[in-house]
Amino acid sequence: MTYLEFEKPVAELQEQLDKLRLIGEQGKVDVTASVAEMEEKIGELRKNIYENLNAWQRVQLSRHPDRPYTLYYIENLCENFVELHGDRAVGDDKAIVGGFGLMDGQTYLFLGQQKGVNTKMRQYRRFGMANPEGYRKALRLMKLAEKFNKPIVTFIDTPGAFPGIEAEERGQAEAIARNLFEMTLLKVPVICIVLGEGASGGAIGIGLGDRIFMLENTWYSVISPEGCASILWRSADFKEQAAEALQLTAKNNFELGIIDGIIKEPLGGAHVNPKSMVTNLKRAIKKNIKELSAMDPEERIQARIDKYSAMGRFTEVSK
Amino acid sequence: MERVSWFKRLKEGITTSTREKKEAPDGVWVKCPSCKKAYRNKEFLENLKICPYCDHHSRLNSEEYFDIIYDESEYKILFADLRSIDFLGFTDSKSYQVRLDEAYEKTGLSDAMAVAEGTVDGHPLVVACMDFEFIGGSMGSVVGEKIARAVDRALEQRSALLIISKSGGARMMESSISLMQLAKTSAKLTQLAREGVPYFSLMTDPTTGGVTASYAMLGDINMAEPGALIGFAGPRVIKETIKKDLPKGFQRSEFLLESGFLDFIVDRRLLRQRLMELLVLFKS
Ligand SMILES: [Zn+2]
Repeated sequence: MTYLEFEKPVAELQEQLDKLRLIGEQGKVDVTASVAEMEEKIGELRKNIYENLNAWQRVQLSRHPDRPYTLYYIENLCENFVELHGDRAVGDDKAIVGGFGLMDGQTYLFLGQQKGVNTKMRQYRRFGMANPEGYRKALRLMKLAEKFNKPIVTFIDTPGAFPGIEAEERGQAEAIARNLFEMTLLKVPVICIVLGEGASGGAIGIGLGDRIFMLENTWYSVISPEGCASILWRSADFKEQAAEALQLTAKNNFELGIIDGIIKEPLGGAHVNPKSMVTNLKRAIKKNIKELSAMDPEERIQARIDKYSAMGRFTEVSK
Repeated sequence: MERVSWFKRLKEGITTSTREKKEAPDGVWVKCPSCKKAYRNKEFLENLKICPYCDHHSRLNSEEYFDIIYDESEYKILFADLRSIDFLGFTDSKSYQVRLDEAYEKTGLSDAMAVAEGTVDGHPLVVACMDFEFIGGSMGSVVGEKIARAVDRALEQRSALLIISKSGGARMMESSISLMQLAKTSAKLTQLAREGVPYFSLMTDPTTGGVTASYAMLGDINMAEPGALIGFAGPRVIKETIKKDLPKGFQRSEFLLESGFLDFIVDRRLLRQRLMELLVLFKS
C-alpha cells in the first residue's frame, strides 16, 4: 500500500495497530479491547480525511500509483473481451486501448486511455498520452460498434494528448476534432466515464457522449493544475491554488452541469477495493445504457446536440 | 481592385475604432517583424498589412477582415450583446472579471469573436472571426455561443459559413466549461454538414489548442494564411516534452499543407477572390 502525504496519519495508526496485533498473537496480553478501539479510531480518521479532501488531494488520488486503470476495469467488467488494434493507416497507439466485450450477456465496445502499471509499461503506454493514431483507432472502433449496433463505453484517464513532433505532423488537432464531430452523430448510445485524469482536449477527444460520469476522486478540466499554475501563476508550485481555482473535481463538474453523475468510490479511493469499484461501475453502465437504448437513434443524436449546445455561461447586455 | 474599399474606408476615416486610433499615422516608417525591412505605414495598410518585401502577414482584427471580405465593406454585426461572466470567481494574480474589464478597455471589443453577415459578390456569407487581442483570442462560452448562433443563422439563411481562427486555445478562466466549447462547436457544425451548407475554415496566425482541435480543423475547406502557426500543442510545450529542437518551419501553414491538413494556403490579398470562387463552386 502506498500512502500519500495527507494519508500519513492513517499510516501511522495502522502501524501501531499492526504492532498491537503482533503482541496479541504472542498471547501474553489480551489486546482485543485495544485493537477494537484502535480500529474505530482509524475508521473515524479515514472517514474524516476522505470526506474532506480538497481539490489537489483528489488530483493526487486520481494519480495514485495503485489506482486501477482502464484495462483492469474492462477485464473485470467483461466475461470475455477481445482487444482490437490499429487505426488502419499509421499504426497501433498503445495509449488508447479498445475492443468488444461481453458484460452480462450484452456486447459493448469499451475503449479508453491506458496508463502503464510499472516503469517499463508507463513508457510503452506513453503515460496515457495518445497520438493521433489512438484517436483514429478509437473512431474506427466506434464506427464498427455503430455498424453492429453495440453501445459504446469510453474510459478517460489521461494527462493530455501527446505533445510531439510526429503527433503534430499526423494531425493531433484534426484527430480530436474529427472524433468530436463524428461522436456527435453516432447512432448508438455512448457513455463516457472519467476513471482518473481528464485533461483537456486529450480527454474530450474520446469524451463526447449521451451521458458523462466521473468517479468520485477524479478531475476533469481544460488544463492540468500544474499547467494552469505555470501559465497564470508563472510557476507549477502554485498547483494547489490552480486546482482550487479550476474547480475540477467530480462534485464541481456535476454542479457546473458538465457531467450527469458521480460514481462512488470505496472510502480511500478505487485502489482500496477495486472489486467493489467494478461493481459500482457496472451498475452505472448497465442502468444508463438501458435508459439510453430506449430512445430512438435520431432522438438520441438530437438530445446530444442539445446537451452540448446548452453548455456555456454568459450574459446578454442591451445596447 | 478588391481591396480598394477597405483602404478607402481607412483613408476617409470611416473606420475609427479605438484600435485604429492607436495605430501609427500613415507617414510613419515601420519595420517588418520578419525581414526587418522598413516601409511606410501607408504602404503597409494599402497592402492589407502584408510586408511589401517578404509577404509577411501581420495580424488583422475582425473588423478589418469583414471590410476586406464583404461587398462594399458593408455588413451587419450579429450577436454583439453576448458577454463573458466570471461564473467561477476565477482569480490568479487578478480576477477573471478584472481581466475582462481590462480587455474591453484595451481593445474596444466585446469578446474574442465577432460575427457578421453580408454578401460576397452577391452570395450571402456569415463570417465568424476571432480577435487575438482579446485575452489571446481564447475560446470561452461567448466564443462558443457565437459560433453556435452563427451556425443557426447560416442554416436559417441557407448561407455558407466562414470561421476565421486566431487563438491561443481555450480560456482557462472558464475551466471545464471552456473545454466543453470544443464539443459544443463541433456538435453544432454537424448540423451544417447534415443540411449540406458549406463551412469554410481559415486559420491565421496563431491557431492553436482547443480551437484547432475543434472547429478550425473541421472545414469542408481548410485554408490558412501563409506562415501562420497552426497546431494542437504549442511549440514550447513540445520542445520541453521531447527535449529536442523543432524542425524549421514546424507547425507553419506550409508544413500543414505538406502534412495534408490544409486544402490550400491563401494570400490575404486574394482571400475575397478565393471566397467568391468557392461560393460559386459550392452553390446548391
Ligand atoms: Zn518583410
